[in-house]
Amino acid sequence: MSLAETRMTATPQPDRPDQPRTPRHIPDQLRSPLDRRLKSWESLLLLVALAVFVLNSFASPYFLNAWNLSDATFNFTEKAMIAFAMALLIIAGEIDLSVASIIALSSTAMGLVMQAGYPTPVIVATGLGSGLLCGAFNGVLVTRLGLPSIVVTIGTMSLFRGLSYIILGDGAFRGYPADFAWFGQGYAFWVISVEFVIFALLAVVYAVVLHKTNFGRAVYAVGNNPTAALFSGIRVARVKMTLFLLTGLMSGLASVCLTSRLGSTRPSIATGMELEVVTMVVLGGVSILGGSGSIPGVVIAAFLMGLVTFGLGLLNVPGIVMSIFIGLLLIGVIALPRLWSRLRGAR
Amino acid sequence: MGLQPNASGGTPPVLALDRITKTFPGVRALDGVMLELHAGEVTSLIGENGAGKSTVVKILTGIYQPDGGEILLDGAPVRFAAAQDAGRAGVTAIHQETVLFDELSVAENIFIGHAPRGRFGLIDRAAMQRRAGEILRSIGAEVDPGAKLRDLGIASRHLVAIARALSVEARVVIMDEPTAALSQKEIEELYLLVEQLKQQGKAILFISHKFDEIFRISDRYTVFRDGQFIASGRMAEVSEGELVQMMVGRAVDQIFPKRKASIGGEVLKVTGYCHPTEFADINFTLHRGEILGFYGLVGAGRSEFMQSLIGITRPSKGVTRINGRIRVIRSPADAIGAGIVYVPEDRGRQGAILDMPIFQNVTLPSLRQTSKSGFTRMAEEFALAREYTERLDLRAASLDTPVGSLSGGNQQKVVIAKWLATKPGVIILDEPTKGIDIGSKAAVHDFMSELAAQGLSVIMVSSEIPEILGMSDRVIVMREGRIAAELAGDDLSPETLVRHAAGIGARGEAA
Repeated sequence: MSLAETRMTATPQPDRPDQPRTPRHIPDQLRSPLDRRLKSWESLLLLVALAVFVLNSFASPYFLNAWNLSDATFNFTEKAMIAFAMALLIIAGEIDLSVASIIALSSTAMGLVMQAGYPTPVIVATGLGSGLLCGAFNGVLVTRLGLPSIVVTIGTMSLFRGLSYIILGDGAFRGYPADFAWFGQGYAFWVISVEFVIFALLAVVYAVVLHKTNFGRAVYAVGNNPTAALFSGIRVARVKMTLFLLTGLMSGLASVCLTSRLGSTRPSIATGMELEVVTMVVLGGVSILGGSGSIPGVVIAAFLMGLVTFGLGLLNVPGIVMSIFIGLLLIGVIALPRLWSRLRGAR
Repeated sequence: MGLQPNASGGTPPVLALDRITKTFPGVRALDGVMLELHAGEVTSLIGENGAGKSTVVKILTGIYQPDGGEILLDGAPVRFAAAQDAGRAGVTAIHQETVLFDELSVAENIFIGHAPRGRFGLIDRAAMQRRAGEILRSIGAEVDPGAKLRDLGIASRHLVAIARALSVEARVVIMDEPTAALSQKEIEELYLLVEQLKQQGKAILFISHKFDEIFRISDRYTVFRDGQFIASGRMAEVSEGELVQMMVGRAVDQIFPKRKASIGGEVLKVTGYCHPTEFADINFTLHRGEILGFYGLVGAGRSEFMQSLIGITRPSKGVTRINGRIRVIRSPADAIGAGIVYVPEDRGRQGAILDMPIFQNVTLPSLRQTSKSGFTRMAEEFALAREYTERLDLRAASLDTPVGSLSGGNQQKVVIAKWLATKPGVIILDEPTKGIDIGSKAAVHDFMSELAAQGLSVIMVSSEIPEILGMSDRVIVMREGRIAAELAGDDLSPETLVRHAAGIGARGEAA
C-alpha cells in the first residue's frame, strides 16, 4: 500500500461544499467583560489608591478638605495631560523623553511673544504650536530616518532645553497678562480648577480614541507587531508620526498651564518631569515594551501619584524623600502581581 | 521498499541512526528513520522540504532528543542530551543559517564556547588568534582572524562558520545546504575542502537541494520522504531520475482534491518587474478562478517578488495591471485597496499579531467595513470574524482568545480568514501549509479550491511538489530571481519541476 493511501485513511475528510456544512460555533467571549474588569490591573490600582486615600485621611486632619484636595490635583493634572499621549506612544512601541524640555522651550517661546506685546490668544497659540513643532521634529527623525526614539528624544531633551537656556540664560520672563492666569490658576466652578476640567476632558477623549476607534486599534497593532501591522495595511509610520505630534501638542498644552500657574518662565521649568510622566504611564499598567495598557489605568495612576505626593506634603515630608516614595510605589505596584503569582506557583 | 541500510556493505559506520522517531504536536517529523555515516565518505541526505532533514540534523547535534530509536556511535548507543554532548562526541554541523555574532571578531566567533584558556582561566587571545589563523588557512580562507564579523561578506561569513565547525576535533561533519550562499568559485573551494576532510577520515553528512552537487561529491545517498526512510545506497548505483522518483514518488492527485474551476478573463498582469538584488524580469498573467503555483528552491526570490507586488519593498521597475488598468501599489494598504492580498510565510512575525485576540486579528485589514466614522463596533467585528473563521473550520475556545494560544494550523486559518474578510480579487498564499498538521493542510487546500471555484484568483507560493502539482492550474518555476519555466498540463511532473528549479539541465552541459 502506498504512503499516500495510508495518509488518506488517516486524514479526516474536510467538508465538501456540496454537502451542507455544519460549522462549529465559536463563542465571542468566554469571560464576561465585568469579570475581566474586576480582575484587571486597573482594579488593583484603584484599591491601592483607595487605601492611600484612607491612610491620608487618618494621617492628617487637613486632608479631607475640599480646597486642599483641589490643590492636590495640581500635582498631577499637567503631567497627566502628557501622560495620556505618552501612553499611546509607549503602547505603539515608542517613547518621548523630551516632553519636559518641550515644556521649557514652549514656555520660552510664549515668553518671547508675551514680551513682544501680543495678547493671551497669541501666547497660547505659540505655546501649543511650538509643542507641535517639537513633536514633529522628534517624529520626523524617528519615522523618516528610522532612528530609535529613545536615542532621538534623549538628544532633543538636551537640545530643546539648551535652546531655552541660550535665550534666557539666568533670567526669567515675567509679566504675563492677567487673563493668561486663567489656565493655571482659574476655577471652572467651586473647587474644580480649569486644569482639572482640561484633564478630565482629555481623559475621556483619549480613552475613546484608544479604546473605541480604528486609530486606537492601529496603535495596539503597531506596538504588538509592527511588521504584521504593516502587512495588514496599517500605515505604521503615519500612526507613529501622529503620536509624536500629539505628545508634542500635549507638552505644549502642559506648558501653557504650568507657565500660567507659575506666572513666569525659567529655563529650568519642569526639570525631570519626563520621568514622572513615564512613571505615571507605567504605573497605569502600560507595558514599557509596547502593545498593552489602558487610559483608565493611567487616570487612576495619576490620582494615586497625586494622593501620595499630597499626603506626604501634608506630613511635611521633603520633596527628595517624596521621590523615594514614588519610586518605591512604582516598583511595589509593578512587582506585586508578579510576586503574587510566584507565591501561588510555589504552593 | 528500498534497500536495507546495511545492504551496501563496507566498513561499519561511525555514526548511525537506528529507527529514530520524533513527533511534534500534530506532526510526526521522523518515523523510524535509518541513517549511516561512514569514515572518509560523504553521505547525501535527500528529500523535499519537510522530509525531516533538518530534524535529523538537530537530533544528531543534540538540539532535539528523539522520542524513539537509538543513536549509535561506533556501534554503541549514545545519548546527546545537549549540543555540548554531540560536540564532545565529535559531531559538528555547519547549518543552513549558522548563528554568528556580528560584533565579535572572526577568532572569537570560531572559538566561542571553547576558547583556549590561559592562566587564571582567562581566554588566551594570542593562542586563539593563532589557531583561528591555522584553521582558516587550512580551508583556504583569506580572512583576517582579528576582523570584526560585521565587516565580512556573506561568503567569508560562511567560511568562518565552517572554520568554527572544524575548530572542535570532529569525526562527523554535517553540512546543511553549505553552498546556498556561495558563488561558483567558492563552491569549487568548498568541494576541495570536502575532499580534504574525506582524506582526514571524517564522516560527512551533506544536505543539498542541488543535484549536480550531490552527484559531484557524494559517495552514498539516503532518501527521506515525509519523515520516513525510503532508501539508501551507493551513488554510483543510482541515476538522477531514480533519486527524483524516490524523493517525490507519491500518488499526488489523491491528497490534493482540486476541483475543476472555470478559468475566466485576465485579472492581474505583471510586466517587467525587477529588483536590484532579489529578482529580475518577472512577467506573467493571472486569470479569474485560476490557481497559479510558484515553485522554486528556498531563496529563489519568490517571496521577495510577492512582497514587492504588494508594496512592502519597492521594485526598481515593473508595471501591475489589475483588470486591465494600471495600478500603482506603494504600500500594503494600496494593495488591499486594489484587491490584492498576501498571506505571508512567516505567520508569527508577518501574518498574525499573536498577543491580540482572534477577532481583532481578523478585522485588522477590514476595520473600514466594521467601523462607523472611525469608531470600532464590536458586534460587527465579532460577526465578520465569526463568518470567516467558521468557514475555515477554526478550532478555538472563543474569538477573544489570543492567536498565539492556537496551534500552527489554526493560526494559519486565522491569518487566511483575515485576508479573505477583505473580499479580495487576488489572494497570494506564501507556503500556506508550511509547518501545519496534515488535517489542517487538507482543510486549507479544500478551501483554496473552493475559493477558485467562486472566481477568486489565487497565487500559491510553495516548495512542496505534491502541493504545487495537486493544486495548481499552471506553475511558474523560479530560479535565482528569474522565471525559469512556465508549465501547465502534461509538462507538469515532479521531474520537470525539480529539473527547472535546480537547473539540472546545466549539469549535463558542465560535465
